[in-house]
Amino acid sequence: MDHHFPLNESPITRTQRPVVTGTSVIALKYRDGVMLAADNLASYGSLARFKDVERLYAVGDFTVIGASGDISDFQYTKHLLDAEMVKEYYINDGHVLGAPHIYEYLSRVMYHRRSQIDPLWNSYVVGGYHNGEGFLGYVDLLGTTYKSSSIATGFGAYLAQPILRKIVEGHENTLSEEEAIDTVERCMRVLFYRDARSINKFQRAKITAQGVEITQPYSLETEWSFGDNRIN
Amino acid sequence: MNSVDFYNETLTSVPTERGFYPYEANGGTSLAIAGEDFCVVASDTRQSNGYLINARYAPKAFKMSEKAVLANSGFAADGNALVRRLTQRIQWYKHSHEKEMSTTALAQLVSNTLYSKRFFPFNTQVLLGGAGVVFSFDPVGSYGLEVCRANGTASALIQPFLDNQVEHKNVQFDDKPRMTLDRAICLAKDAFTSATERDMYTGDHLEIFIIKQDGITIESYPLKKD
Repeated sequence: MDHHFPLNESPITRTQRPVVTGTSVIALKYRDGVMLAADNLASYGSLARFKDVERLYAVGDFTVIGASGDISDFQYTKHLLDAEMVKEYYINDGHVLGAPHIYEYLSRVMYHRRSQIDPLWNSYVVGGYHNGEGFLGYVDLLGTTYKSSSIATGFGAYLAQPILRKIVEGHENTLSEEEAIDTVERCMRVLFYRDARSINKFQRAKITAQGVEITQPYSLETEWSFGDNRIN
Repeated sequence: MNSVDFYNETLTSVPTERGFYPYEANGGTSLAIAGEDFCVVASDTRQSNGYLINARYAPKAFKMSEKAVLANSGFAADGNALVRRLTQRIQWYKHSHEKEMSTTALAQLVSNTLYSKRFFPFNTQVLLGGAGVVFSFDPVGSYGLEVCRANGTASALIQPFLDNQVEHKNVQFDDKPRMTLDRAICLAKDAFTSATERDMYTGDHLEIFIIKQDGITIESYPLKKD
């Protein structure tokens, strides 16, 4: 039987699968603004390949985006956002892109790419402080968006979101920074215990009227001794 | 003798695992009831994805102009993209014609916009409410005037209820109360509280848009969060 081949063979560069990936990002609104956290791991399937990756990225002085999913697509997105910030800077009209604008821009880019069936394979959390209040939004590879007082991507949606909702829902304006940090740490500890693609090394970001502060990477105390006297 | 068919030269192959699927079902329900000179458009605000709740307050109904309200249900990203596109067109119309777009003109615009993606559809069912009218659309733009319509995950629960209570269909009794604004609002609230009990994708919060000749108001009610 004749085999008919295409005249111009070129690789199809769409409809991918994620390769090097980051796991959950968690975020919540509290009294002074917004807090985000993400661990420092980029996995290559089941291999814990890169352990010093920063998945929280500051965009301007009052916005941080947290990325989960494909890291190469995240790096490209960082490049796009930097370019947008530079373009706005050169317009030099006193306007600076804030969190709601970054959120809108990202959601347009992500939806456009999904409509080309060539997605940026990420779930982003956009956190910031704008017009006297905290901003927290979610954008993903399908162009799905929503705003909420607590957000968690990936495994975090199953393990951390229930904790976040219990503590934050209804108390966004009264939750103190100490309580917010404590909540974030509780969630990150649970994620380290139960998410097989996580590590015990993460960063926290807070965005308030004073601007963006991202901590250095740190680890939490964990308890494994329950296994010492196991029979099986 | 073998012949080359130049029209079918490419080898087609189907991937053994599915690649990227560009749609997702975000759940939720919307309804619209048309009165003689008013209209009620109601949507819940839960956005979900399988067994996960994305957000408890992600509005699905939007005021498009001083005359019309649009409600979506299906894939939220497509619904929001549609609203963005229409909002832009409504603004352009207003600048060009120095008047608000009529609801009938807007309905045709919605239909054309949906059909423009006939071969990669907006995965949403759309309801457009104006004073005294309701238009409902399928995902590719087919539309018509209706008295009442429910769309979304609880549509099968609410539509029969509306058929009976609004249009008095399939009745065993003579009593056919007139449709007043208060009755329409009560029907909407009852429809949603009942749907929330039985449909896991419906709940959290209800937004009711009331459209009258002189303008649009919004009423909000909590729904069960389970």
